[in-house]
Amino acid sequence: MAETDHHHDHGEGSELPDIALRVKSLESLLIEKGYVDPEALDLLIETYEHKVGPRNGAAVVARAWTDPGFKKHLMEDAGAAIASLGFVGRQGEHMVALENTPETHNMVVCTLCSCYPWPVLGLPPVWYKSAPYRSRAVGDPRGVLEEFGTQIPEGSAVRVWDSTAEIRYLVIPMRPEGTDGWSAEQLAELVTRNSMIGTGVALTPEQLEASQQA
Amino acid sequence: MNGVHDMGGMHGFGPIDPEPDEPVFHTQWEARVYGLASAFGAVGDWTLDADRHATETIAPHIYLNASYYEKWFLSMHTLLLAGGYVSEEELASGKMATPARPVEGVLRPAGVEDYVHDASLSSRPAGSDPAYAVGQQVRARNTNPPGHTRLPRYARGRIGTVEGIHGCHIFPDSNAHGRGEQPQWLYSVRFTAQELWGAGQPRRTDIYIDLWEPYLGQVDTDD
Repeated sequence: MAETDHHHDHGEGSELPDIALRVKSLESLLIEKGYVDPEALDLLIETYEHKVGPRNGAAVVARAWTDPGFKKHLMEDAGAAIASLGFVGRQGEHMVALENTPETHNMVVCTLCSCYPWPVLGLPPVWYKSAPYRSRAVGDPRGVLEEFGTQIPEGSAVRVWDSTAEIRYLVIPMRPEGTDGWSAEQLAELVTRNSMIGTGVALTPEQLEASQQA
Repeated sequence: MNGVHDMGGMHGFGPIDPEPDEPVFHTQWEARVYGLASAFGAVGDWTLDADRHATETIAPHIYLNASYYEKWFLSMHTLLLAGGYVSEEELASGKMATPARPVEGVLRPAGVEDYVHDASLSSRPAGSDPAYAVGQQVRARNTNPPGHTRLPRYARGRIGTVEGIHGCHIFPDSNAHGRGEQPQWLYSVRFTAQELWGAGQPRRTDIYIDLWEPYLGQVDTDD
């Protein structure tokens, strides 16, 4: 969490002067008034920083790729299937799984705010919450995919899901070729966060190897 | 409300700029804002819908420039003041000047794990049958409420097809304003890119929007 110049490039800088001080001051006020417990605060932060994240979603996808019974359950009742792996909680109450196929590519956005399936993907990245993505994901989804460098099969239909209600969407990317016989644990390594939002696809074995060597 | 938060289809915001290996929080204060807002959720008497509306009412020039967690910080101010939890004077000084509002259920460390895993369902038992069926065409109403709504501007007046029914869910337009949950049927409605954005749009490109029944009308009516 080092403060660097980098975050200014990504819209997470400070528009408000002295924001760090103001947050500190608010925190001490709310503690003094007995509304929040600082230790609970630390634990909450730690949970979302280290325990809840896209590895959860990757485990769901890898299981769906390797277990047809689970896949069927996931497509019929995503909430129950995902809960069976222990991923439940706030912002994941009403889950729907969207399967990418050679014919159809799904992509998720929240144009009105930043709705995102926390239990499976963690907290959303800055770009997902940004005006450029929120404005163009629905207006020019194919252009957005191109901007992400994401190639979808020729002639694919594109479906964009605007998360305007409390339904939360998890994209199930296509399983890459050349992964026959891989375990669910190995496969999960190929499942990127963006592939579960739909702005990306799963890594190929070659891409995974290259990223591990980098 | 027709605010700047309703961004679908707007132009001019520039390229999407994904950050490689982005941390969950960029700074300590972002993490603290997240923690404060989440922890306060255990005692605060506001709803998620009121929270979203507080964010929408941030002045447009600030909304567009503020980062996500700055917006959380600002909407938290609004809700803390509105609920009488803190005073302006206290927010300015950071020091307690008035007695705390009595609250129940302050989040303690032992309760965090349950709290994180707690589900807060927005679905409610149905009091009626849905007015529309899967496969039916519907028109999103042309309506411009000044308060909270989850009917994006880009869909208003457009014709779509009901592709699914999610059940009855809390109606944000009433719940955000303290008028109760008033559950309504929630539909998954598909709009073609051509219907939303005009001729010349690529074929086989569809936008699915989750819309409550009061947002929808018959196709042969104008509103």
